[in-house]
Amino acid sequence: MKFEKYEWVAIAIMVSLFIFVGFIQGWSVSLVILNMCIISAIMTMGVNISWGYAGVINFGVMGFLAMGGLAAVIVSYPPITESWKAGGTGIGVSFVLLVILVTAVMYINKTVKDKRNRYIFNTIFIIFGILVIRHFYLDATESIEDVNPAIAGFLGGLGLPIIFSWIVGGFFAAGVAFIIGKVALGLRSDYLAIVTLGISEIVVSVLKHEEWLSRGVKNVIGLKRPVPYEINLQNTDWFINLITYLNSSKLNNIVDVSDRQQVLNNLIIDGSGIFVKLSYAVLFLIVMFIIFYFANKAQLSPWGRMMRAIRDNETAANAMGKDVVKQHLIIFVIGAAIVGVAGAMLVTLDGLFTPSGYRPLRFTFIIWIMVIVGGSGNNLGAIFGGFVIWFSWIEAAPLTTFIINQLTAGLEPTNALKLHLLDSVPYFRYLFMGLILLLILRYRPKGIIPEKVRHS
Amino acid sequence: MIDFLNSVIVLLNFIIIPGITYGSQLAIGALGVTFVYAILRFANFAHGEIMSFGAMITILFTWFFQSQNIGLGILPTALIALPIGIVATIILCIISDKFVFQYYRYQKSVPVVLAMVSIGLMFVINAIIRIIIGTETIKFSDGQKFIIKAKQFKVITGLNEGLALKSSQVITILITIALLTFTFWFLQKTKTGKSMRAFSDNEDLALLSGINPDRVVFITWVIVGVLACVAGTLYGLDKSYKPIIYLNLVLPIFASAIVGGIGSPFGAVVGGYVIAFSEIMVTYAYKKFFVYILPSSLEPSGLVQLLSTDYKFAVSFSILVIVLLIRPSGIFKGRVL
Repeated sequence: MKFEKYEWVAIAIMVSLFIFVGFIQGWSVSLVILNMCIISAIMTMGVNISWGYAGVINFGVMGFLAMGGLAAVIVSYPPITESWKAGGTGIGVSFVLLVILVTAVMYINKTVKDKRNRYIFNTIFIIFGILVIRHFYLDATESIEDVNPAIAGFLGGLGLPIIFSWIVGGFFAAGVAFIIGKVALGLRSDYLAIVTLGISEIVVSVLKHEEWLSRGVKNVIGLKRPVPYEINLQNTDWFINLITYLNSSKLNNIVDVSDRQQVLNNLIIDGSGIFVKLSYAVLFLIVMFIIFYFANKAQLSPWGRMMRAIRDNETAANAMGKDVVKQHLIIFVIGAAIVGVAGAMLVTLDGLFTPSGYRPLRFTFIIWIMVIVGGSGNNLGAIFGGFVIWFSWIEAAPLTTFIINQLTAGLEPTNALKLHLLDSVPYFRYLFMGLILLLILRYRPKGIIPEKVRHS
Repeated sequence: MIDFLNSVIVLLNFIIIPGITYGSQLAIGALGVTFVYAILRFANFAHGEIMSFGAMITILFTWFFQSQNIGLGILPTALIALPIGIVATIILCIISDKFVFQYYRYQKSVPVVLAMVSIGLMFVINAIIRIIIGTETIKFSDGQKFIIKAKQFKVITGLNEGLALKSSQVITILITIALLTFTFWFLQKTKTGKSMRAFSDNEDLALLSGINPDRVVFITWVIVGVLACVAGTLYGLDKSYKPIIYLNLVLPIFASAIVGGIGSPFGAVVGGYVIAFSEIMVTYAYKKFFVYILPSSLEPSGLVQLLSTDYKFAVSFSILVIVLLIRPSGIFKGRVL
């Protein structure tokens, strides 16, 4: 695809921001921000696909991210055999029973035509079924959670490389999105926003409290990385040689051997950190470009055109024979799947899974600000929004400190107001986010890089 | 007979009184959301933060009055500060309408855009609150804490179970009754209230009949300010004030408003109590109750709890989803004030 001039400007701005931070605050900081920016950009693309293409609102970002995170745990954590022995059968039996229950309810819905009878049958079946399932389930979970609670206490995972979880995370999120979509997609947009927000809260609270599955608030730590560890790198020959080669001119100037070794060691320690972050960045960039490529392809395809038609005039699209309900469901699921991929990547980057860390302010509303600011309906805009907003979210604190210090320069260092303001520096980022969103909505409602109007 | 009384006291103490209190807080909050929805026609995500703002101003003035040794004796000082908080909240609402919402109203933007705008406002108010008062938990209720203490109650009645009644609970219930009576009287009997109902029912027709839309919107924000500030303060008085809590409170409030039938004030109030009671009833462990009421041979072995208290929050949404599936317009058909 071809970029317009202002799009090149946007890309140049993004790149120069990171180079700027690299020179001012160090390359390590710059790469940390870059990695999170890429993940944010992927989340934003996920939301943008459902909102920008088809006008389906998705406020359940937090829940899909958490599902992606769960996938990372389940795929990469080594299996805990004792837990499986203790409660595996119980969990299996309750799962089978749950499937039977759901099939039964679906069968009833299909066969019983009378509305009242249907409700009565459903209620009886569901209550009875839940009571039976609880019987097996509670015993099983209790015995699993009793297995070595200090370090285990959950089922563990499959012990596969964590990179597979990026795909699995997408599928997990898509599964949850399918259920949500079936339930809620018929609603008007603002109801849908509230319902998806609420269901994502339910998803997170399940992950928080079902300890047998996700270890709950005890968190899962020490997930295996897809990239080398710093400590291993520091003892690898080729890496030491690489660093020596890169810094050869600097090292040759130092005459003293022990001094030289000292400098080299420091360089290797710094370099290993940067190398690890850089490899993450490369992996993430590959994923981002794959998604970007296919998202653009889809948008330009007849399918994308149909989506725009549905977004712009649902009734007309329906009259032309397009199945609006089905297409809404499809695009909701696809968007959620991309968010799920980002969720798995997020956990991969952190190496730990903390269900209590999923909060709507941070993981739903900020993502939506990224979508709106970047420009809904434009994938490059989504990436730009993700980068710019995450960048300002991180860099708001140093910037605020600077501004406050400038403004209160005339006051004494012990002045109560100045101290209070400096104490509340972390909260100014919320102010920035709100103001950015309000200003964009007011003066550039289509976003910084708006959707291109296509006449084909 | 004694066993029966004991079981009743257990229910009163752990379900009915907390349920009514929490329900009242939700009901006033949901009423505010409903007003915005019925008149301005969007889902106001900033409502929780407006509540929090009102509570914050009330707390600041409570501290001021406490430092001046002005108090109400056995009643909490916050009650004198509440009117100031209400005025401040109204001013906040009107300022935010002037600078933020008005533009989109004149543009006739779609509701989703206004909801997004309210998210932006939510961030701004949230930041202002955190910058002013921090994120610590604040307890600001003073005066007499209990009206009936559990121990006293046991001594007086000779029952096994004690009944505790906090003064904040009684204050919540009394203020709610007063506020709801006033609001419904205002909507049904006064000319302004009637014009608001007309505006909500059919905007074009109302405009044709000479109703001034700016005035209706102004009055709406005044009412929303009052309701939000009172709801926020009562919640803070009852539980303790924590700025982060109010964002989480927005969701049950929305659930109440939708369950009751969004746009219907009476529905919002009922929805508030439905949500509050179901949250408490589903997560309460009924063991104690059954121990009293059943013969000892049938005594339950477990806690007799449907869901663990961890899921308190999830319950309100499950109800929301069920209601939307079975009766999408809510318990009382919504959309009209």
